[in-house]
Amino acid sequence: MGRETPKQQQQVSYTVEQLVAVNPYNPDILSDLENYVNEQVSSQTYSLEANLCLLRLYQFEPDRVSTQIVARILVKALMAMPAPDFNLCLFLIPERVQMEEQFKALIILSHYLETGRFRQFWDEAAKSRHVVEAVPGFEQAIQTYAIHVLSLTYQKIPRSVLAEAINIEGLSLDKFLEHQAANNGWILEKGQGQLIVLPRNEFNHPELKKSAADTVPLELITRIFPILG
Amino acid sequence: MAANYDYEEAPGTYDDVNRQDLGYDPNFVPDSVKSFVVHLYRHIREKNVYEIHQMYDISFQTLSDRLFKDTPWPSVDAVAHYVDNDQVFCLLYREMWFRHLYARLSPTLKQRIDSWDNYCSLFQVVLHRVVNMQLPNQWLWDMVDEFVYQFQSFCQYRAKMKNKTEQEIALLRQFDQAWNVYGVLNYLQAFVEKSNIIQILEQEKEGGEQFTANDGYDYSGGSNVLKVLGYFSMVGLLRVHCLLGDYQTGLKCLLPIDISQQGVYTSVVGSHIATIYHYGFANLMMRRYVEAIREFNKILLYIYKTKQYHQKSPQYEQILKKNEQMYALLAICLSLCPQAKLVEETVNSQLREKYGEKMARMQRYDDEAFAIYDELFSYACPKFITPSAPSFEEPLVNYNQDAYRLQLKLFLYEVKQQQLLSSVRTFLKVYSTISLGKLANYMEVDEPTLRSILFTYKHKTHAVDSDGKITSNADLDFYIDDDMIHVVESKPVKRYGDYFLRQIVKLEGVVTDMDRIKLE
Repeated sequence: MGRETPKQQQQVSYTVEQLVAVNPYNPDILSDLENYVNEQVSSQTYSLEANLCLLRLYQFEPDRVSTQIVARILVKALMAMPAPDFNLCLFLIPERVQMEEQFKALIILSHYLETGRFRQFWDEAAKSRHVVEAVPGFEQAIQTYAIHVLSLTYQKIPRSVLAEAINIEGLSLDKFLEHQAANNGWILEKGQGQLIVLPRNEFNHPELKKSAADTVPLELITRIFPILG
Repeated sequence: MAANYDYEEAPGTYDDVNRQDLGYDPNFVPDSVKSFVVHLYRHIREKNVYEIHQMYDISFQTLSDRLFKDTPWPSVDAVAHYVDNDQVFCLLYREMWFRHLYARLSPTLKQRIDSWDNYCSLFQVVLHRVVNMQLPNQWLWDMVDEFVYQFQSFCQYRAKMKNKTEQEIALLRQFDQAWNVYGVLNYLQAFVEKSNIIQILEQEKEGGEQFTANDGYDYSGGSNVLKVLGYFSMVGLLRVHCLLGDYQTGLKCLLPIDISQQGVYTSVVGSHIATIYHYGFANLMMRRYVEAIREFNKILLYIYKTKQYHQKSPQYEQILKKNEQMYALLAICLSLCPQAKLVEETVNSQLREKYGEKMARMQRYDDEAFAIYDELFSYACPKFITPSAPSFEEPLVNYNQDAYRLQLKLFLYEVKQQQLLSSVRTFLKVYSTISLGKLANYMEVDEPTLRSILFTYKHKTHAVDSDGKITSNADLDFYIDDDMIHVVESKPVKRYGDYFLRQIVKLEGVVTDMDRIKLE
């Protein structure tokens, strides 16, 4: 479902979410859903469910497809990574639409992100500025995803690798690192390597992984209550 | 009657039933059929569910085999006067009539449209009138199953525009509401809503309702029809959404049903299998491989143990078909996401037998591997549809494969992205630590490329589950410290707790049995 929306939008988006829940198979809500996409873009919110509903309706009414709206949905889906939303949207978009230039570009961007090719991604994104800059928050969302992948992988990461992944360098990077150190527990190691210690989690520190075997769910224990009693 | 997913559509033929089947007289009613409808009608009026089930499941099948091997049953008009011209019975009879037609013969366009009309009439009755019947779950499931099947079949048929006659095109234009995707989805949705089934299942958890405990039947004098149709419609919606390629919404439609437990969906074997097949497939397409593997494993084990009991049933062939398809899907899942401990021994040995060699070749990720992924996916996938009405403009083309080709293409794209992960795993298995530089050397790539590959490995093996949480499904994992890779193998986890609980319960059972023995 959609995330928190700013107060002044609450009235409209509540209605759209309700429409999707109660009456989704109805061509009359198509323009409401299109407006909702534009709203998600401008207010930096996101609703996969509403967007899937719209893509379905586009499937049912191919004459009413707006490629601009579809492109915006795809950009929003890209920003939701690591969730597989981009692919879920592609499943619903006919092949001939996907062949258009702007969609080919978005698919390439998705491919780079899926395969951890961050440098190539940022290079390519620079070429498709008109598409991605139309959606505010795009850069931060991808940087968040990049940091997510780095956090799964690295305990200590060289500064250069980080810089390439999030496309920030020099003074901006210094500022960024200071912010992360102050708020998110990053540790900046002094010395030659310019290593950054990322916060500990169960993925980059396997010893933190809760062992599933140690816990037995309560429902299973209740089976032997009659015997113990 | 099980829907035959592989049903090959004959090219469009004539509207006239008589020309299709020489020697068929729709008005001739053999005595056995007269007896059949009279008794069935009586049992329905008397709400004798057991007898209805016997007649529906066995007698109908026997008569079909004996008298109507390749002709339709007598027309409803010919039998109506034996059953007081009862409107509801006639709708039910026609439903069976069309199902038989689809299974044994090729429906004409007119017949497809008539079948749609019949479903509309029947569903309107159930939705808007107080229906005082109890029908067996098998029949109610078959209604939903067949409804979705005929929709799928119609979309496939309609998409083959190339050889359509002028007559057919005229009919398609005229009856554009027949098997309209909105109609199909909204009927299923209407059943879910009007039956209040979601609230009923919710209340059941708190002990307020007895729906599942009674297998959906109503023992207080009411009818089970609307409620059970509402319940099965959730599975129907999952199925339709899979056909459209919308896996997320499909799974959401199924959410009220707890598939970790027995339920009304397991009361009919066809429903059980259809539910898990589509649930597993949707999870596979959403890259939730572990979840898919778990469910396929359970159902394949269940089929292995119980298929002998269904040998005489009309569903048997369909059960076997789905069984084979799910083994193929399991092979795909395990090749993309190796899991040593999730598959039960019996299932595993069956899997090795059927796909052992192919799975080994799939792990190589060369051209041959992609061909095998293609082959298995194409064999096991649902028959995807294009839901929109065709363009009637020249030139007329066949576009019935478009939807399938898109899903296949996107699936293979995903497989391709995982191409290098297999070789990474091979190296990770051998080393406990290795520097990035060294591994890059062995894999014959430069360091930045290796980093990308390692990021891909991490990203693909850490799936986002339905609650948005990240869970690792990597049986082999690692972390990097500066430029050193440290490999972590997940140890086989011994589940002592579960084992002890089972043994405690078992021992208690033995002691109780012994107490019962009176010593002379």
